[in-house]
Amino acid sequence: MERTNTLSIQQSRDSDFIREVEEASGQNLSKCYQCGNCMASCVYTFAYDYPVTQIMRLIQLGQKDTVLKSSAIWLCANCQACTTRCPNNIDVAQVMETLRIMSRKEHTVSLPDIQAFYDEFLRSVKTFGRVFETGLLPVYNMRAKKPFTDLDLAPRLLMKGKLTFFPAMVKQRKKIAEIFEVIKRDRFSKEGKARPEPLSSQPDI
Amino acid sequence: MKRVAYYKGCSLEGLAAEYDRSTRMVCEAFGIELVEIPDWNCCGSTPAHSYDPLLSAALAGRNLAIAADNGCDMVMSPCPGCLKSLKGAQETCEDPAQRKAFVDLVGRDVDGLKTVSLLQLLYEEVGPQALQKAVRRPLTGHVLVPYYGCLLTRPAEKAKFDDPENPISMDRLIEATGATVPRDFPYKTECCGATYGVTRNDFVGKLSGRILDMSQGLGAEAIVVACPLCQQNLDMRQDQINKYSKSAFHLPVPYISQVIGLALGIEPKVLGLDKLCVPADILLEDRSGEDGQARQPGGVAAG
Amino acid sequence: MRIGVFVCNCGTNIAGTVDTAKVASEALAFADVVYATNYMYTCSEPGQQEIQRAIGEYGLQGVVVAACSPRMHEPTFRRAVEKAGLNKYMFEMANIREHVSWIGNDREANTRKAVDLVRMAVGKLRFNQPLFSSKMPVNKRLLVIGGGVAGIQAALDCADGGVDVVMVERKQYIGGKMAQLDKTFPTIDCSSCILGPKMVDVSQKENITLYAASEIESISGYIGNFTVEIRKKTTYVNWDACTGCGACMEKCPAKKAEDYFNEGLGTARAINIPFPQAIPKKAVIDAQFCRQLNGKKCGVCAKICPVKAIDFEMKDTIVTEKVGAIIAATGYDLFDHSVYGEYGAGRLPDVITGIQYERILSASGPYGGHIRRPSDGKEPTEIVFISCVGSRDQSVGRPYCSGVCCMYIAKQAILTRDHLPESNSYVFYMDIRAPGKNYDEFVRRAQEEYGVQYIRGRVGKIYQRGDRMVVQGADTLLGVQVEVEADLVVLATGVESSSGAGELAEKLRISYDQYGFYMESHPKLRPVETNTAGVYLAGACQGPKDIPSSVAQGSAAASKVQSLFAHDMIETNPQVALVNERNCIACGKCIQVCPFGAIQWKELRGGIKKAEVLPSVCQGCGVCNATCPPKAVQLQHATDNQILAEVNELCA
Repeated sequence: MERTNTLSIQQSRDSDFIREVEEASGQNLSKCYQCGNCMASCVYTFAYDYPVTQIMRLIQLGQKDTVLKSSAIWLCANCQACTTRCPNNIDVAQVMETLRIMSRKEHTVSLPDIQAFYDEFLRSVKTFGRVFETGLLPVYNMRAKKPFTDLDLAPRLLMKGKLTFFPAMVKQRKKIAEIFEVIKRDRFSKEGKARPEPLSSQPDI
Repeated sequence: MKRVAYYKGCSLEGLAAEYDRSTRMVCEAFGIELVEIPDWNCCGSTPAHSYDPLLSAALAGRNLAIAADNGCDMVMSPCPGCLKSLKGAQETCEDPAQRKAFVDLVGRDVDGLKTVSLLQLLYEEVGPQALQKAVRRPLTGHVLVPYYGCLLTRPAEKAKFDDPENPISMDRLIEATGATVPRDFPYKTECCGATYGVTRNDFVGKLSGRILDMSQGLGAEAIVVACPLCQQNLDMRQDQINKYSKSAFHLPVPYISQVIGLALGIEPKVLGLDKLCVPADILLEDRSGEDGQARQPGGVAAG
Repeated sequence: MRIGVFVCNCGTNIAGTVDTAKVASEALAFADVVYATNYMYTCSEPGQQEIQRAIGEYGLQGVVVAACSPRMHEPTFRRAVEKAGLNKYMFEMANIREHVSWIGNDREANTRKAVDLVRMAVGKLRFNQPLFSSKMPVNKRLLVIGGGVAGIQAALDCADGGVDVVMVERKQYIGGKMAQLDKTFPTIDCSSCILGPKMVDVSQKENITLYAASEIESISGYIGNFTVEIRKKTTYVNWDACTGCGACMEKCPAKKAEDYFNEGLGTARAINIPFPQAIPKKAVIDAQFCRQLNGKKCGVCAKICPVKAIDFEMKDTIVTEKVGAIIAATGYDLFDHSVYGEYGAGRLPDVITGIQYERILSASGPYGGHIRRPSDGKEPTEIVFISCVGSRDQSVGRPYCSGVCCMYIAKQAILTRDHLPESNSYVFYMDIRAPGKNYDEFVRRAQEEYGVQYIRGRVGKIYQRGDRMVVQGADTLLGVQVEVEADLVVLATGVESSSGAGELAEKLRISYDQYGFYMESHPKLRPVETNTAGVYLAGACQGPKDIPSSVAQGSAAASKVQSLFAHDMIETNPQVALVNERNCIACGKCIQVCPFGAIQWKELRGGIKKAEVLPSVCQGCGVCNATCPPKAVQLQHATDNQILAEVNELCA
């Protein structure tokens, strides 16, 4: 997302956003004093558009759009380094997670390929009850239009007999699918939205 | 005999089948009965909790519910990612605001279950001393680096095991096999690139690359892991990493269960040692006859 | 009884959320109340005159003021009613500010509660009796606990004023933390050069008695008349004989004793005088490392000592001193950084603390004033300073700012450049706190003239890579992660309360905060007094402080003591327990429970025993009153009848 170097605080500040993030994550974000420890500890900082310290600052200023459209929230691997070292005991990783969920709901996911991978994963879980690793990758590759991802690994994995060609299936698959359906239903009835959001641009899970 | 519900998770059924096999062998050797949770399902992993925390809790929680139905009070998962989901389910169940929704989805509460990793199980239920006594084929003279990964001990309040910055449980278990552990491995808990192997391969090149680099610099012959995802990144993707960082790493990445299994004298093939992408035959060299520790760790390596 | 009620508006402090006029008008309806009014500032001169006028005009026999906490103005109003001819204990105060207006916004509920409190005060006042204090002589001797710069200043000021001073220091030397420092900010003058003369003064003043290597065992008594037991710890050296020649140190074969003065950077001999300028310059044997004391054959020091001062059989002794006032100047400790796993938790040898670096910089330090790193003795070229280690960090239970670290880091970085002109220093900081005189200029100089690289951000991790350490931090001004390769890392470990501060506070009967710092009587207006009369504070025992502030507090506490000692006699507090002998059943329970030993047996004619309170020792805590089965012991001004009257009014 493109950065702007000016900010009109009153016009861009969304105070509901601050409250929503705090409620959903269970964290008090006014505790953050921008010491930078999360940024210093995060091994993904090199790839972020906004380092995590700035994400925290943006939330404090109610910059909903910038935060929910940032790539940083989707590149966070939830590795807990930030949470472990925050001097103010803020569960920063939990905040990032909250932002991912909000960004899905607001349809502002900046990295559709990562969402596509997650969706494919969930689709596999919903269908089989378990993740079918061998089946997951080709579908993701097709959807992400990166057909050759990890193709180089195939021969050796084949040789080692590490690839399985049939998904292991849970007997109570219906029960699993039901969990998905209930969650999806409640997710939207709670928010009063008319239609369930699709998972990425792909068929719904 | 200690009876423990076993939640192996999807990876151990696929790419990490040898982790499953070696886990079973080692637990059996120490008289721990693993009861695989019948008809277990995927915990949902990262995709589920970044979709909806309750989905993650319900998917993971169903497995806990089955374990509880089977009368188990302890659930072990060798995969730290799965374990995080299981612990998340417990937290959701204990949260008064979410308890009802959770119970409605899962069918029961999952109170009072203890959830542990394989490492915690081995460290707390067996322990380095008992392991040392049980060693038949000591790994004396081998230098092994313990790599814990990011989730095994973090965040401390949730993991409730070992130290979040400098864990030592795996160090102690490896030392009990007779092998040598470098004094201070600074990347013990630094992230390996996690699930970005598929979507952002260069992340793994960079992050797993520096773990390999540091390990080699410390004179390690192998990196011992306790997470299927870490193992995939460091082992299966080692060629990709070499291509990315123009390096020539050739470091085997066995699971802790395989290393312990070897020391117990279990056949390498039974432990699935041949399934590792980078061959780990070097670990089979018997150096116990050589004087002391022939291959001391290189100590501090240059930049 | 004719009672007047005065309700204070306290500007808007009270009137903002309490209808004071209504409180006054309701009070007028209470039995015995003949006059009630509200006033803008009752504590003001005209406010007091209004009370005095009403006493005369309405013939008031008792007065209730509903205003702030009695801790603020009870003395003011007691004086005012006394001037108008009433006994000052015929006065009650209802706290409708701290207990009402400041804590709630509901005007109606506040007003109701204020009325309740006034009714209780009136109810109690009906049972008040005139009380009279007596006079006690003041013992004009001072005890100073702690021989750091704050304690030294207080002791010298008082000694100069002719006061006999007893100083107790638990270490074997005085000078405190300042004695360990190389230079001081913002003037870079040599710490021992400016402290040394004061230390010498302490040892040479006729009217200062110094007990080093000693601790407070117990304290009893009260303002003007304290009795203190001091434990002189075993040093295994007869200090009356020891001349401090140091021959024992040279010959002692146990060379691996812990060098506390050098913060563990070097080793000391088991018999040791920690530094050349030590006061007192006396040797002490560290029993943990002494061969002789650990059952091995040695005794070299005893053989070599020209004055035969070594005494392996020595035991602790207790001495008793009587004083009239006490200054606690027990200083501070430094945060133990081993809880910071991300900084190596003490495992990385070249990650050191600020105080260790002071010792490295010092010419009398372990490396003779040459900057070297502990691991291999190499001269470092890249030096990283990290601030706020154990300060402003909730996750380690230290949310407060230590106040001195920003300055001492700037000083150390400047000195580093002086010692090693080719070196580079980096300072990771969150904010620079330099509010003292010439302080900010000093920090600016570090950056502008000494080229110290300041980086705004915390450090996430320090780890060894090859010969150097990697310091992985953030530059939040740029929004980037930064890495600095360092030869030496100095952690600015924060200030925390002195170990044992809590136990000493119990002995002194003073309060301390959740971090162990002693509580002053009022944060602004009574900064060196405690809530225990006759006990004063100086220096960092009250909270993190730099040298100038500690010295200022030392002098401030000394002036408080001298104004106390300007009186030959002090008034006693008549709010003490009193035994009604007719009701006393001589069960002795009050004697058992009294924490101050203020109750003793008294024999009447015919050998009948009764309890008797020593009013000069009693502190008015009321434990005896609560314990006494037949309620024969009554605490004056808080008798059962008075308290029950309050309860009755509350329930009315």
